[in-house]
Amino acid sequence: MTETAIAVQLEDVRFSYGRGPVVIDVPSLRLEAGTRTFLHGPSGSGKTTLLGILAGVLRADSGAVRVLGEDLTSMSGARRDAFRARHIGYVFQMFNLIPYLSVLENIILPVRMNAERRGRIRASNPAEEARRLAAALEIDHALGSAVGALSVGQQQRVAACRALIGSPELIIADEPTSSLDHDRRDAFLELLLEACEGAGSTLVFVSHDRTLAAHFEQEVSLGESNRAGEVAA
Amino acid sequence: MLVLDLALKSLRNRLLVTTLTVGSIALSVALLLGVEKIRTGMRESFSNTISQTDLIIGPKSGTIQLLLYSVFGMGSPTQNVSWEAYQTWAAHPAVDWTIPYSLGDSHRGFRVIGTDENFYERYRYRGGQPIEVAEGKPALEVFEVAIGSQVAAELGYDLGDQIAVTHGMGGFITHDDTPFTISGILAPTFTPVDRAIYVTLEGIEAMHEGWEGGVPPASAMSFGGGPPSDEAEPAEERWTGDYQPTQVTAFFVGATNRRDVLSLQREVNVWEEEPIMAVLPGLALSEMWNGLGYAEEGLRLVGVFVVIVGLLGMLVSLYTSLDARRREMAILRAIGAGPVRIVSLLVLESAVLATLGAAMGVAVVYGGLSIAQPWVESQFGLFLPIAGLAPIEWLYLGAVAGAGFLIGFVPAVKAYRTALHDGLAVRV
Ligand SMILES: Nc1ncnc2c1ncn2[C@@H]1O[C@H](COP(=O)(O)OP(=O)(O)OP(=O)(O)O)[C@@H](O)[C@H]1O
Ligand SMILES: [Mg+2]
Repeated sequence: MTETAIAVQLEDVRFSYGRGPVVIDVPSLRLEAGTRTFLHGPSGSGKTTLLGILAGVLRADSGAVRVLGEDLTSMSGARRDAFRARHIGYVFQMFNLIPYLSVLENIILPVRMNAERRGRIRASNPAEEARRLAAALEIDHALGSAVGALSVGQQQRVAACRALIGSPELIIADEPTSSLDHDRRDAFLELLLEACEGAGSTLVFVSHDRTLAAHFEQEVSLGESNRAGEVAA
Repeated sequence: MLVLDLALKSLRNRLLVTTLTVGSIALSVALLLGVEKIRTGMRESFSNTISQTDLIIGPKSGTIQLLLYSVFGMGSPTQNVSWEAYQTWAAHPAVDWTIPYSLGDSHRGFRVIGTDENFYERYRYRGGQPIEVAEGKPALEVFEVAIGSQVAAELGYDLGDQIAVTHGMGGFITHDDTPFTISGILAPTFTPVDRAIYVTLEGIEAMHEGWEGGVPPASAMSFGGGPPSDEAEPAEERWTGDYQPTQVTAFFVGATNRRDVLSLQREVNVWEEEPIMAVLPGLALSEMWNGLGYAEEGLRLVGVFVVIVGLLGMLVSLYTSLDARRREMAILRAIGAGPVRIVSLLVLESAVLATLGAAMGVAVVYGGLSIAQPWVESQFGLFLPIAGLAPIEWLYLGAVAGAGFLIGFVPAVKAYRTALHDGLAVRV
């Protein structure tokens, strides 16, 4: 992928939950491939909803949603699911891990779910790859632990490993640091940014904490008006 | 099989609930199969109340009536078969052996049956087991009796005890001037044989000596209070006579060749000299059992309902667990699990629970059978064979697993709809 390729492009995207009010109304949004974008906005402004649209979990009511060159709005639900499994890594704000799987099993879940993604791991097998990523995010010591035994910060790093495994082109993180204290938040962010850079992935990072914006190349503000989408470079 | 792996790990994670759910399904399946095993055991033991007898011949009446009084010792015959007729058929070339049965008397509520040595040699029950004399010897002399095991136990009789016999069932006129001596006690058979008293055909005649017209001879009156008649000869003298049987109530027939049984039956049924009939005991017994079938159906229905309750319990536990699993569903969705994966995860969990429950139920039934079998046999005379699963039982197990599979769609569809609606928002 070249530097000028577009990872995410939205045109006149509108979305509402069922018959509810319009939550998303974005005239235009472009994110270049390989960039790290900071998306912020007050609570309830539709950040998570927008990420759901980017990930293909939610389908825009109108407008065009192109992710990695593919038009998500014209895809069936099943194809969007497969697309997400293949190309997107997702990190939640909290409770990222499946409680009945071990840390290692949680990390390798995406490559078990999608064969193409498995084909892109660099190590000889998924467990090796998981170990490599865990080492990069400094939680390799916790690989054998039960999920419940991890601290919140450790859990978020495991979730980052899971999002990164198999090098998806797009990493989406929805307030992954909001449950961390200040020091851990910075440490986590550093590690995540490094790992994304290493993998060459595009990162969309959501937070309402604007002090983090300095770490990112570009900043997008999703205004409370629900009709915001201006790129502030 | 990623989804199966997830399903099993998720079930293992909720070990307590999983164990309880599987346990309750297992118990309900065990109940259903147990009822089935007892049912077949009872049917078998019922149809085997008498075995290896090809025909039962008696006076013309209903098939069931003949069976009832000849095999089950219930009800009383209204007619008899003449001794001549009995002799004629016993000598028939197609007849190998006969066991005569002469009924109509009782002793303290137990039936007295006049028969001969063939009873001890030829009578078979439950898959060909012979009559065994546990103590003493068969009653082959005029005033000897052999008593069934329950008679001995309930009346507390021993070898050598003298007993008197009543005419008619539960009657009050006692032949107490014709005392019989217990010569043998039969081993338990868990059939009506245990509740009967066996004498010889001659013994029956002896106790009826002088009863023509249905009243006892004056000398035999023990209850009237009047003085014994002078004309009456001393009892001892009367007994020395030669007692010729004059009739039998029914007789069991073993054919020389099993192929002749049906033609023999036809021949008996159309015989013109006396109104008699022949029935095939195996066939008649299973017809009779089918007549009692509604009781079986009731048992079976109860078993089926218990299984349904067990499965509903599983549905409730899966359904109520969904709320706690919304996060898990959102995570799976975010990783790329589509509707097929989410639905099949929950359907598989349900199917695995039901299948495990069914398998455990089978284990419980066979474990229980192997422990309880000797006890049930000695207590109730009910032999429960430990055989493989019958087709109907496989059907039940298949139905339980299938129902588990189908029931799984209820929480699965609900989970998927919730996951769709929730999107990726963090909702706990
Ligand atoms: N599943 C849903 N069904 C209906 N309405 C929803 C659903 N999820 C979110 N909403 C509504 O959509 C709007 C935007 O919600 P969203 O979660 O996208 O906001 P957010 O910017 O992520 O907020 P926060 O910073 O608190 O996470 C809110 O008004 C919310 O109530
Ligand atoms: Mg949000």
